[in-house]
Amino acid sequence: MEQILLNGLITGAQYALIALGLTLIFSLMNILNFAHGQMYVLGAFITYYIYGKLGMPFIVAVIASGLTLALIGAIFEKYLFNTVLKRSVREESTMLLAAGTAFFLDSLILIIFGEKQRSVPALVEGVFFGEDYGLDIIIPINRIVIGIIAIVMIVAFILFMQYSKPGRAMRALAQDKTAAQLMGVNLDRYSLIGFALGAMLAGVAGSLLVTITGVNSGIGGGISIQAFTMIMIGGAGVISGAILGGFILGLVEAFGLYYLPGDITYLTIFVGLMIFLTLRPQGLMGKPWG
Amino acid sequence: MMKKFVKTGLLIGLLSSTLSFAQDTIKIGFVGTLSGANAAWGTSNVRSMETSAEIYNQQGGVEIGNKKYNIEIVSFDDAYDPKIAVAGMEKMAQQGIKYVVGPNDDAQAIAVRPIAERNHIAYFPYAFNKSLYKKPANYAVFGMIASYQWEPSVYKWLQDNKNVKSVSFIAANASDSLNQRDNGIKIAEDLGLDVLEAKATYKADTRDFFSVMTPIIKKKPDLLVLSGVSPATAPLIIKTVRQLGFKGYMAAGTALDAGILEEGAGDAANGFICQGGADDSIQSDKMRDWISHYTKKFGEYNDEANTKVFALEYILAVMKSNPKAITSADEFLKTVDSRWSAPNLFFKDENAKLKFVGKTSFGQDRQLGVPLTPKIYENGKFKTLFVGSAD
Repeated sequence: MEQILLNGLITGAQYALIALGLTLIFSLMNILNFAHGQMYVLGAFITYYIYGKLGMPFIVAVIASGLTLALIGAIFEKYLFNTVLKRSVREESTMLLAAGTAFFLDSLILIIFGEKQRSVPALVEGVFFGEDYGLDIIIPINRIVIGIIAIVMIVAFILFMQYSKPGRAMRALAQDKTAAQLMGVNLDRYSLIGFALGAMLAGVAGSLLVTITGVNSGIGGGISIQAFTMIMIGGAGVISGAILGGFILGLVEAFGLYYLPGDITYLTIFVGLMIFLTLRPQGLMGKPWG
Repeated sequence: MMKKFVKTGLLIGLLSSTLSFAQDTIKIGFVGTLSGANAAWGTSNVRSMETSAEIYNQQGGVEIGNKKYNIEIVSFDDAYDPKIAVAGMEKMAQQGIKYVVGPNDDAQAIAVRPIAERNHIAYFPYAFNKSLYKKPANYAVFGMIASYQWEPSVYKWLQDNKNVKSVSFIAANASDSLNQRDNGIKIAEDLGLDVLEAKATYKADTRDFFSVMTPIIKKKPDLLVLSGVSPATAPLIIKTVRQLGFKGYMAAGTALDAGILEEGAGDAANGFICQGGADDSIQSDKMRDWISHYTKKFGEYNDEANTKVFALEYILAVMKSNPKAITSADEFLKTVDSRWSAPNLFFKDENAKLKFVGKTSFGQDRQLGVPLTPKIYENGKFKTLFVGSAD
């Protein structure tokens, strides 16, 4: 039981980190960023080359991944999404653009980084055996370290959103754009910062998790779907919802896979999700009015 | 006089260059997976074909019936999607291509079958579904060794040499993997192995296997079979099960790359057995040169190409025996059915032959006679366990 619980919590922390950036962008701009998974992959590949190939410190690789993705996010927002939002009031316009950027990044990543699965050395080698402490747990120390880093980053992100000036401005925009603008919040500037921050979070998540799961150029779509599932559970556009969704999905997966065959587990998760969304379409933490 | 001389010279030069461009070209198609998580499967196919084509073209073309032909590879990415694979095969038919390597998976190979048969295209799937190769199917020629041909000898070897008594299976939730798993379970049961886990599956896009593998490893099997595992997934599962304390053997009926296993799983992959091809222990100098050419052209080699080097060579070798096959796949199949063989220059064994096999599994020779060479991973390299063949 302890093993299943720990597996679920660590997986949940990883999932929550993946979903944060997606929900941030959605909350600010009402854009479902289909390229979120591809941004994650890009961050993972940057870390693969800087940390895995060049042998530079992991922290340098994480910063480089985060900054590169922030820059890409800012460029996407300024020259693509912002332009489309100003020219079209139809919501599907940004959705189609987001799908286009996902396909574009998918192809670009495949051309640049190739088709092979890539991996980097673990941050910390070794496995923790709980037997010595009377616990039924086996867990690689690297997973514990990455889980802790993920939780620290989630907390740091929440504090940033709660107490910093840009964080407060973005929350104000997410709650009521018109009121926020009337109070002097610059919509263009904070949309750009928010999109860049969301992309950066995707890159940082990829950078951290490449030490556990490696990376290959074809996983972006699957990562995006995973992130969408979490924000569906927690509530789209709600930061706390994404975190909750991540942990719930991680735990349900861990318990399901232990007691049921894999196909039945995922069937149960998706049937459960459909029933849940029928009863509560706004997710656990979302509001029905938006 | 001088002007006339220059003009004549230019005319002759232009004519000869036109003639050289007019050299006939044989187009060989590829329809398979070049993007997504399974891109490594198709990419090693295409790169193998492009390497061989470049070698032939640099030598002035391949000689068939006293005439030299350039080889052109026309590739199409099916994105691991049967609908797109159908579009790819239609494209090949529209271009008049008579030979297509691929697809890489059952669903895509089954989907393209009607188009290939209607347009008389011989295609070379890397898919294990037997219905593709059994009558009334006629135009598909299996490009590799199937897990159901490979597993009996490998399980028996493990039983006899490594005292393996129990086995657990894990498969991706995809038709090809599940099909391989079910065949593997039957083989294991027939050999008297105790099957401890037969139902475990994972979503094809799973990246973190800790939750998936925990209950399987708790049952402590001697052998863990990763049915139909993709190159991207294998190192993740291998690393996870070793971290969970699994000490036994692992096996997969697919071909994998040693470099990827080393980078992704390191020493955890020691004891992992998978399918080989023209591997180090049996390679001729020609095969080694071919690997050097591949590596130089694409920056790095992929061990999966040891199996994928063969399809194009078989097609060209049959054409050399029967030049009518250049424009007719039916002529190609006539030669296939005539117990044809040719020297296999990729093996150091001078008696090695290129020949079509498959009578036992499919009732007709619809399989390339590639070697059955299980190999075991040890400290960054594969070591061939034994060399056999399908019949």
